[in-house]
Amino acid sequence: MKISRWFAQHWVMGVALLVLGYLFLPIAVVAGLSFNRPSSRLSYDFNEFTLDNWRNPCATSDMCDAVLRSVQIGFIATVAATALGTLMAFALVRHRFRGRSGLNVLIFLPMATPELVMGTSLLALFVAGGVPLGFWTIVIAHVMFCVSFVVVTVKARLAGMDRRLEEAAMDLYASEWQTFRRITLPLVLPGIVAAALLAFSLSFDDFIITNFNSGTTVTFPMYVWGAAQRGIPPQVNVIGTAMFLIALLLVLASSLRGRRARRAAVAVPVARPSSRS
Amino acid sequence: MARETPAGDLRLANLTKKFGAFTAVDDLSLTIPQGSFFALLGASGCGKTTTLRMIAGLEEPTSGQVLLADRDIARLRPYKRPVNTVFQSYALFPHLDIFENVAFGLRRRGIRSVDQQVRQMLSLVQLDGYERRRPAQLSGGQQQRVALARALINHPQVLLLDEPLGALDLKLRRQMQIELKRIQTEVGITFVHVTHDQEEAMTMADTVAVMNAGRIEQLGAPAEIYEFPATAFVANFLGQSNLIAGEVAGGNGGEILVTAHGGRFSVPAARARSNQGPVHLGVRPEKLHLAGTAAQVPAGCQYLDGTVSDASYVGVSTQYLLRTGWGTEVSVFAANSGAQQRFVPGDRAVAYWDPRHSFLLGRRTGEDDRTSPVLDEPVGASS
Amino acid sequence: MSALAHVSTASGQPASPPPAAGPGRHRFLPYLLLLPGAAWLFLFFAVPLVQLAAASLYDPNGSLSTGYALTWAFGNYPTALQAYWPQFGRSFLYAGIALVLGLLMGYPLAYAIAQKAGRWKNLLLVCVVAPMFTSFLVRTLAWKTILSDNGWLVGLLRDVHLLGPDGRLLATPVAVVLGLTYNFLPFLVLPLYASLERLDYRLLEASSDLYASPLKTFRRVTLPLSMPGLIAGTLLFFIPATGDYINAELLGTPNQYMIGNVIDSAFLVRLDYPQGAALSFLLMSAILAVVFVYLRRAGTEEVL
Repeated sequence: MKISRWFAQHWVMGVALLVLGYLFLPIAVVAGLSFNRPSSRLSYDFNEFTLDNWRNPCATSDMCDAVLRSVQIGFIATVAATALGTLMAFALVRHRFRGRSGLNVLIFLPMATPELVMGTSLLALFVAGGVPLGFWTIVIAHVMFCVSFVVVTVKARLAGMDRRLEEAAMDLYASEWQTFRRITLPLVLPGIVAAALLAFSLSFDDFIITNFNSGTTVTFPMYVWGAAQRGIPPQVNVIGTAMFLIALLLVLASSLRGRRARRAAVAVPVARPSSRS
Repeated sequence: MARETPAGDLRLANLTKKFGAFTAVDDLSLTIPQGSFFALLGASGCGKTTTLRMIAGLEEPTSGQVLLADRDIARLRPYKRPVNTVFQSYALFPHLDIFENVAFGLRRRGIRSVDQQVRQMLSLVQLDGYERRRPAQLSGGQQQRVALARALINHPQVLLLDEPLGALDLKLRRQMQIELKRIQTEVGITFVHVTHDQEEAMTMADTVAVMNAGRIEQLGAPAEIYEFPATAFVANFLGQSNLIAGEVAGGNGGEILVTAHGGRFSVPAARARSNQGPVHLGVRPEKLHLAGTAAQVPAGCQYLDGTVSDASYVGVSTQYLLRTGWGTEVSVFAANSGAQQRFVPGDRAVAYWDPRHSFLLGRRTGEDDRTSPVLDEPVGASS
Repeated sequence: MSALAHVSTASGQPASPPPAAGPGRHRFLPYLLLLPGAAWLFLFFAVPLVQLAAASLYDPNGSLSTGYALTWAFGNYPTALQAYWPQFGRSFLYAGIALVLGLLMGYPLAYAIAQKAGRWKNLLLVCVVAPMFTSFLVRTLAWKTILSDNGWLVGLLRDVHLLGPDGRLLATPVAVVLGLTYNFLPFLVLPLYASLERLDYRLLEASSDLYASPLKTFRRVTLPLSMPGLIAGTLLFFIPATGDYINAELLGTPNQYMIGNVIDSAFLVRLDYPQGAALSFLLMSAILAVVFVYLRRAGTEEVL
């Protein structure tokens, strides 16, 4: 009786933990393989423990070139997409204009379209226009699919912001520009930073769209794809593990900071629904 | 800012604000004398907050003027007006600490040494030592005082308060009412206070304007409005009234004679808003007294008889409902002074009043008695 | 990753039309703010789709070196479909099975985080997202190790006779579906979590107070209230899963190839642009049709 009751209350959590285990299994394997000395180039099995891969992550120099190129592309695409998307989010939340619904569709569609379709259609355009494929066509593609995500992220933050804070600033002798600089920007900044991190991770990890528009330029995912056919150097797992750890550290750091900031950022609780008369 | 003009009266002239087809504020004109504590009282949606926002510059009037010391400020940007606002739910800047919140206005006007002023202001609102806290770390009452300090430090000519106590609990609200009044007396700035809470308005303000549907129904000192309301709306929005439908049957020197439901009553002419045709005869519930029989009614008083249909004991008083012969239920508040006879439902009784406590309002033909409070409307001064 | 964005919008308020700025003030400002981003999306998202449509109607006898002529060759579509309908069917079949598996795993996970996790909520949420911190391809390759013929999993399954002595996981449909489920599960969980998180626990208590068994409560209260998240999640899972070809390439064999593999080789290996474009367009239309029917039946179009 007691056992069946305990089971009834906890089985959902049990299933959840098993599913989380499923999600983490490959991460554990990647981390494990980063310490592996593979028996042959095409083997994916664990063979022998070694620290060599971590000591010489750039033993295969093409790989590190590819990582570096991905970082460059990610950085440029992030800056551009964040700028374009933030401006759009401000216009959408703060202004009235014609053609709003059409624009919303234009922003939503790239998030709902299969990457395959976006990748092939851009390729069709570049080929038809005689644009040589390479670094800059990748950047163009990445900015395109990151913009929408930036817009929704910044928009959410902006829409959650209390307009009265800006009114209060204007009431307290701050001009439009000062209000933006002292109140709006600091309060929206976490949203912009989150959008930029999202854009970077989308760009850094993109394979499908890049694959169609890269020409001979090799990004990290492109390198892994190619290596999967020729044999994967174990250093790929070092990069994979390092990415995971860096991102995890960023999240932990921001959640520690966020705990303080959140306490401050949550608007003053209102006990009663506001009555505008 | 702009203190070259001497502070003066705030005057609204034919102020109108339309949102599309909806008229929020309808041709409003009033004068708020310098240094007074003025309350705009009304239910939500009556246009009071819109009026306030037009004074603050957060809303541009469709037409009309906002005059401060005879200068029209209606089209100035909010930051160009010598007017500050205490916002509903305060709108404290969450990313700045209390000190920076309070110093905000001074800094924007380019004042360098703000330290002493901020500390002085924080001590005026009794928040010394809270400089480095964030707004979210303060209680509702403390946040409210920061909002007040943040506005007052700028020495505005007019301070606007938008439901400033709305988010506080009852006890704290009482304390802050007294506190606000003390501060207003101390600084002598014109306060314009918007509220839907009639008790709050009457406690604090020298002058109350009751607003309804974008217009002012009545304006005056709290006691004046309460004792002699101008319209049936005011009579029932501010406290509660028994309004009995009748007809003017003639005048008799200083008296006006009224027939209602077969009875004849008189009202002093000075307490009549209308002296002909259909009228409402009004008496506040606390001005009605209960007696067992007509014989016990003191000389000079008038009465209605009926059956007690409900008796609610509420501590300081007992609230009775008396069902009259024609079916209307009249409210009677009897103070629990211990000297009065108690009634229980089913008892026959008469409700009597001194005619000097009654009033006469115009009535639209066909409109019936208005006595029992309608649900969802503010009830009674003691609510 | 779109699921992340969905969660952040779901927590915000629905954007109501903003108040107009003062008359005459900033009339052109919104257009200035919108112009760069909208132009970018128009030039590099909308225009390419038109170009793709045009490419799908090119003369199939042309080639990249000799140039293509737009001959309105609608015949490209039936030809492509005839040649590759098995891969087409497989894409939807694999994505569909993966979706069912994903729901079986994702719903309890989202529910547990939203309603049962208490103060561990944020930590568990990070755990759902964390696997995505590592490269998609690297994670998929890790499955190659887990499912390998010499691995412990295959060994275990052979020992309990769930697999024959020569049975494999790698290079089978099982591996591809497992990989698809794995890769897109977070996209399903995050929106589901967002709607389950807003579910008021008192509603469940009220339901059981009103004589509903736990199962009835789930069917009548929890499930309907989590519908918006469920719909958004299934779409965010299904759309990329159908278009995916990485799992089929890395974990399967040509016998498991999905339509993505065909399109990839049409554009990058065989250089048959008209056919690749036609297949891309067919894929998009098929997905749109499935999504449309699904939304109709689910009774809401608000998610879009």
